[in-house]
Amino acid sequence: MVKSGAQILVECLIEQGVDTIFGYPGGSVLPIYDALYDSKIRHILTRHEQGAAHAADGYARASGRPGVCLATSGPGATNLVTGIANAYMDSVPLVAITGQVVTSQLGKDSFQEADITGITLPVTKHNYLVKDVRELSRVVREAFYLATTGRPGPVLVDIPRDVSAGLTEHEDPGPVNLPGYKPVTEPSPARVSEAVQAILAAERPVIYAGGGVVNSGANAELLRFAELILAPVTATLMGLTGFPGDHPLSLGMLGMHGSKYANYAVCECDLLIAVGVRFDDRVTGRLDCFAREAKIIHIDIDPAEIGKNVRVDIPIVGDVKKTLRALCERLEPRLPGAWQEKIQRWKKEYPLTYEENGRLKPQQVIREIYRATGGRARVATDVGQHQMWTAQYYTFTRPRSFISSGGLGTMGFGLPAAIGVQVACPDEVVFSISGDGSIQMNIQEMATAVNYDLPVKIAVMDNGYLGMVRQWQELFYNRRYSCTELRNPDFVKLAEAYGAVGRRVTKPEEVAPVLQEALAVPKPVMIDFVIEREENVLPMVPPGESLDKMLG
Amino acid sequence: MKHTLAVLVLNKPGVLARISGLLSRRVFNIESITAGYTEEQDITRITLVINGDDRELDQVIKQLSKLVDVIKIKKLESPETIERELALIKVKASPAQRSDIVDIVEIFRANIVDINRETVVIELTGDEEKINALCVVLEEHGIVEMVRTGKIAISRGPGAVKYIHDGNGA
Repeated sequence: MVKSGAQILVECLIEQGVDTIFGYPGGSVLPIYDALYDSKIRHILTRHEQGAAHAADGYARASGRPGVCLATSGPGATNLVTGIANAYMDSVPLVAITGQVVTSQLGKDSFQEADITGITLPVTKHNYLVKDVRELSRVVREAFYLATTGRPGPVLVDIPRDVSAGLTEHEDPGPVNLPGYKPVTEPSPARVSEAVQAILAAERPVIYAGGGVVNSGANAELLRFAELILAPVTATLMGLTGFPGDHPLSLGMLGMHGSKYANYAVCECDLLIAVGVRFDDRVTGRLDCFAREAKIIHIDIDPAEIGKNVRVDIPIVGDVKKTLRALCERLEPRLPGAWQEKIQRWKKEYPLTYEENGRLKPQQVIREIYRATGGRARVATDVGQHQMWTAQYYTFTRPRSFISSGGLGTMGFGLPAAIGVQVACPDEVVFSISGDGSIQMNIQEMATAVNYDLPVKIAVMDNGYLGMVRQWQELFYNRRYSCTELRNPDFVKLAEAYGAVGRRVTKPEEVAPVLQEALAVPKPVMIDFVIEREENVLPMVPPGESLDKMLG
Repeated sequence: MKHTLAVLVLNKPGVLARISGLLSRRVFNIESITAGYTEEQDITRITLVINGDDRELDQVIKQLSKLVDVIKIKKLESPETIERELALIKVKASPAQRSDIVDIVEIFRANIVDINRETVVIELTGDEEKINALCVVLEEHGIVEMVRTGKIAISRGPGAVKYIHDGNGA
């Protein structure tokens, strides 16, 4: 049967199980939008292409299924770039589809032409420019395969308008065959044996868990592994939902704004079991001091991560879930000893705290959101102080419930990501915790939330500053607050103008009732929490310092 | 330390940009990069000379391996490897100087491939050191222009850097 490229694309998307696309139409994607008009795929029209990319990203992080975004050529495509880079840094399966000018106009600086495959080369796992409609179904199949297997990541497919409009006799391209792409998922038995020996010999083991645990769906395996060897678990920002935060073995987050007990444990451990992590500089602090007494086991599906930043004693390339299973099979339960006692003592001695002084504190707001939602909400954040307070004070216990921009640190991620999360999880409570700076970077997506009746609850930690930058200026630039003070719009009126509900909270006792009210309204609600202006995120390891040199 | 890598890639548009882009954004130190057809129609072979310690070499290999169009990478060890480079060198050569230059060319087993009243063009194939040595000698006559291909390399003996096709493409 003769079909158009756009029809083939839509059929391929349905074959891949795609139920939702986040996008924005334009000239070069008109054939695709025409094919979507009577397809069963739901299209969410964001108000900016960046919002579409982040929403698809949030959808993927919450559901574990690939997110799909769609934009036109030129500016539409370039507006996706931040979202694609964000997904790349955090290994999120994303398929970005862009329209392109007709093939005869390629390379001629045509209207709305941008070399998007060239632009996204460094921030995609792979990308394609489809110049022949007969190639399209094979490319789409490969794109989803690449995005979702091995170490997940974004894949971009650029489709010129004459290809999406072009007609062809459609033939099934058969199974994916990529000779240069064979991810290793089974760990080497010899390496697993070495790791078992190291674990048996260790007196002070610590598990350092990252986004790979969440991506691999290895929560149950990590829990079993940790309980078996009685090793405390500290998580990266990306790995926070890989292990229940209320478990006695949980140390919370490590690194620059990690808990003191997590950082002390890493500094003093004699075996560091790194699981699905990449030894990011925000985690390690000064590299030559990081876990300096420890042997390091590094489990990761991406061989290039092993040895990239630190020397590793026992590298295991493989899927985290399979590797943890293989380790558990070889290990016997251990009894608690001096190390476990020491960890508990540290947890008592150095708890995460903040000063209560009668004014509204962001940490209190986060705790109250935790209580009001029974710790069961999906929480998306932007980037900055509010993000770190959320990581510290909302105790995450469910996989994929914390949706945050880790590697790229993209302000403006939170609201569109929360929209994607709400689309993926329509029956769940979704919070977007943001700052007064970050929220304004993609505030237009309020219209999307209202448009599609997505009852996202937006909590703005409003201190009238770009808070994290101000904190660095306070600590390292002698309080010279250069360009960090914000004069903001009235967020309550703004919410109302968009057709959402707006509330303002200025006193500690107002927090709980306003949250209850917000949760009871089946609409998007924006709450402007006017918090202590110069509250800092503590503890803090100054950049380039050893993890045991914490402020606060 | 210098290392030579043979990299087999699928002959797709943009594959060189993918490789050179990756090498530059990961701040790897590249001495030379050459590419050309192979005995397999759809495969291009890239010879890459990188400068770095073993850890850097390990990262170059691992990061390049992540590119979907890269299908095989092999490190070529120097005693078991034949390494060649081609240079074309345009040298000032007044009629009075010519016989001197011809002597040099003979000693190096190079060829003169163009001659005119002012210059000659010399073609030389050899390893890097041989070409460098010729350049030093020619410098006193005045090198007007030079172009070098960068190194290509192949292993001695029957072994080959090949991509073996099978049913799954593995």
